[in-house]
Amino acid sequence: MKLQFTLNGERLELDVEPLRRLLDVVRDDLALTGTKEGCGEGECGACSVLVDGVVVNSCLVPASQVDGCEVVTIEGAGFERVRQCFLEQGAAQCGICTPGMIVMTRAWAERCRREGREPGLDDARTALAGNLCRCTGYGAILRAALDAAKERP
Amino acid sequence: MARVVGSRLARPDGPGKVAGTTRYVADLHFAGEWVGGTVRANVARGLLEAIERDAAFDFTRVVVVGPQDVPGANVIEMLTLDQPALASREIEHFGEPLLLVAAPDEATLQAALAALRPRITPLEPVFDPRASTKVFKEIRIEKGDVESALAGATRTFEGEYESASQEQLYIEPQGVIALPPDENGVVTVHGSLQCPYYVQKTLVRALGLPAEKVRVVQEATGGGFGGKEDYPSILATHAALLARKAGRPVRMIYDRHEDLAFTPKRHPSRVRIRSGVDGEGRLLALDIDVLFDGGAYTTLSPVVLSRGCIHAAGPYRCEHVRIHGRAVATNHVPYGAFRGFGAPQTCFAIERHMDHIAAELGLHPFELRRRNALRLGDRTATGQLLKESVGAQAVLERIAQRTHIDTHPWRAPKTTRKRRGLGMSFFFHGAGFTGAGETMLHARIALELDAEGRALVRSASTEFGQGTETLFKAIAAEALGCEPDDVLVAQPDTHAVPNSGPTVASRTCMIVGGVLARAGRELAARIGGNGPFRERARAFVRSGGDSRVEATYQTPAGLEWDDKAYRGDAYPAYGWAADVAEVEVDLDTFDVRVVRFWSAVDCGTAIQPQLVVGQFEGGSLQAVGFAQLEVVTTRDGRFQQDRMATCIIPTALDAPDFTTDLVEVPFSGGPFGAKGVGEMPMDGGAPAVLAAIEDALGLHVTRIPATPEHLLELWLAAHPEERL
Ligand code: FES
Ligand code: FES
Repeated sequence: MKLQFTLNGERLELDVEPLRRLLDVVRDDLALTGTKEGCGEGECGACSVLVDGVVVNSCLVPASQVDGCEVVTIEGAGFERVRQCFLEQGAAQCGICTPGMIVMTRAWAERCRREGREPGLDDARTALAGNLCRCTGYGAILRAALDAAKERP
Repeated sequence: MARVVGSRLARPDGPGKVAGTTRYVADLHFAGEWVGGTVRANVARGLLEAIERDAAFDFTRVVVVGPQDVPGANVIEMLTLDQPALASREIEHFGEPLLLVAAPDEATLQAALAALRPRITPLEPVFDPRASTKVFKEIRIEKGDVESALAGATRTFEGEYESASQEQLYIEPQGVIALPPDENGVVTVHGSLQCPYYVQKTLVRALGLPAEKVRVVQEATGGGFGGKEDYPSILATHAALLARKAGRPVRMIYDRHEDLAFTPKRHPSRVRIRSGVDGEGRLLALDIDVLFDGGAYTTLSPVVLSRGCIHAAGPYRCEHVRIHGRAVATNHVPYGAFRGFGAPQTCFAIERHMDHIAAELGLHPFELRRRNALRLGDRTATGQLLKESVGAQAVLERIAQRTHIDTHPWRAPKTTRKRRGLGMSFFFHGAGFTGAGETMLHARIALELDAEGRALVRSASTEFGQGTETLFKAIAAEALGCEPDDVLVAQPDTHAVPNSGPTVASRTCMIVGGVLARAGRELAARIGGNGPFRERARAFVRSGGDSRVEATYQTPAGLEWDDKAYRGDAYPAYGWAADVAEVEVDLDTFDVRVVRFWSAVDCGTAIQPQLVVGQFEGGSLQAVGFAQLEVVTTRDGRFQQDRMATCIIPTALDAPDFTTDLVEVPFSGGPFGAKGVGEMPMDGGAPAVLAAIEDALGLHVTRIPATPEHLLELWLAAHPEERL
């Protein structure tokens, strides 16, 4: 099929199999390898990307579903603040979960801001519960997420 | 005064990782590459009769590699040579590799794999290690006269402890890409791996090539935890065999299923302890029997057993000790290295046993440990005299200050349906290879200056999340007297770095870092002078000075080890730590939530404290998972948790709040006083959680994982009135 969508602010038109995984479109067809594959079955969150502002596991999304949508991967704009918080807290160890974590953290931080909610630790745990990390014990990641969600002074 | 040691450097690998630009092996592509796959045995034990080819598939579209295509020896060289690269007749475990296939694309590969059907005559497999007749390794440690001491003890105790296997579950699955021989006949493998020179050694034997014709390059590695210590040697051999025959690059990136189903995990264990104490609860005798299921091939089982046995008596003084350990063969998928390397299993056993003694004596578990803790001048189970850097009492004091575990009324009766409990563990962990291992390995590194006056560290020690690069930057900068930004760390590549040994055994900081510090001081002395380092270094290079230092490990004076008797200085130094866990157990569901977790840690000088904390938080959560959440079971020799959906590890919701206190007791033999820390956190978490469960429920649980089902069963046995 002809797939039209916006990727990281750029309008694209591709010829793809409708059932091809969004993850493969991004990683293999478009060579954006920041999005990772940890399980291929929706369990680890390493493949998280934003579709119209909502986090999805790109390993579970067929390409046809993003037709006309706005897709943002870790290579896109708007991650600067979250990245900085992850760096400051040393929240990336091996780094394989990091792009997915950052995508999820950004979505959560934006939601907190939008809803005028005070970001809390339990809330952050729930928000990040679909993103697995085996290195950090989540301590540094949660600290980074809280930093990121707090309004800039 | 230290400038860089103890500071908090920005991780050099940080920016690429948060931007998503760091390239892992699956992110790399080579022109003309094909994909590789494996035909595996579908029984746990048997005789391979034939591999039938489905005539409907056109095999000219693919390349197939069998045992006859192995140009060197058809073996995977690890500690022994018992494991074939491809089985040709005897099948020893489910999923054993039989044939390899390379194809231009994934669909063709899958079709080819489906068209190759092994015909195997099944044989009776052995799954129970107690029934095994084949012993990979047996160890006996003897000190004093255990039987007389037990006979003379005021009280004696017995216990049996079991732990199941555990999956490393690095988030990046195993993967390599092998290139065919280049114009110079050099075969190159790029991979996600911990030990480039281990992989090279295996390839040399299987390909029948000299070492200089085999190049192994470590790419950014998404976690290892021991799981990428041994298995990459197998995967690299397979990919290289395919690349050689196909004459093109071959990528073998396992999907999660293949990784979970066929790569090694932690050794299941059974430990029996008999102990005797005097009237004050002092340990007089320990008689410990350790049994590890090694799985189908030797792999690393002998050294895993060794570390397990040496740590089996815990950080306790005891005059009369007998430790008998065996790692035996079964028809399980081979077990291998996982952070802690045998010690988490035996540490779990001795710590549970100490809680058992405490409860029986009516003595507080903290007090029992304080009384028995090893001190400076004591001897360990192997007879090692502890001459310095013993943080045992210091970590106990600190954990008590922080948590008041020492006055917590342990096992006090409780009545609520949700019960809180607090429990502790106390443990030590030897840094570096066991015994004469480091002397034999002879770790080498190189430090050299470039024309810009920057220092380049060349070593085979790999970064896979722990912070190796940051650590080496800090050590080199401190030793050279330069800024951390003046130090670069080379990518581990067997054609470009000397062999500093594998990145395992909590050895990178103390052993390799120690060699690096020495090289740094020597280079600094050569450069000489005062003022900004870069200028001096540039001038030194311009003046034609010898700007490359190679340094090798030197065994500290006075270290002695008798490998036959298993006596002597097992490790140059030990890290010491105590954990306290707080749990909440729901009596309706028997769900255990670990709420808070404290550690007090002596790993000597913390070169980069935030890295130590990162290691402790991450390792402790793995241990918390090991205690009660992570389940690995087998049926007919197959791992039943062979998908991410069923192979559960802790999420952010399962993680407690961590508090890690560093109590630094420097070691004169380590760089700037540092010891090792990587594996240690894995030792203490499980027993601390089980002790907290015991506090909450009054149940002495001796088996992990302590799943809700297991707790319910024990609870109902203790409270028959609650049976429906
Ligand atoms: S790769 Fe998509 S959730 Fe794991
Ligand atoms: S940093 Fe390694 S998995 Fe999260």
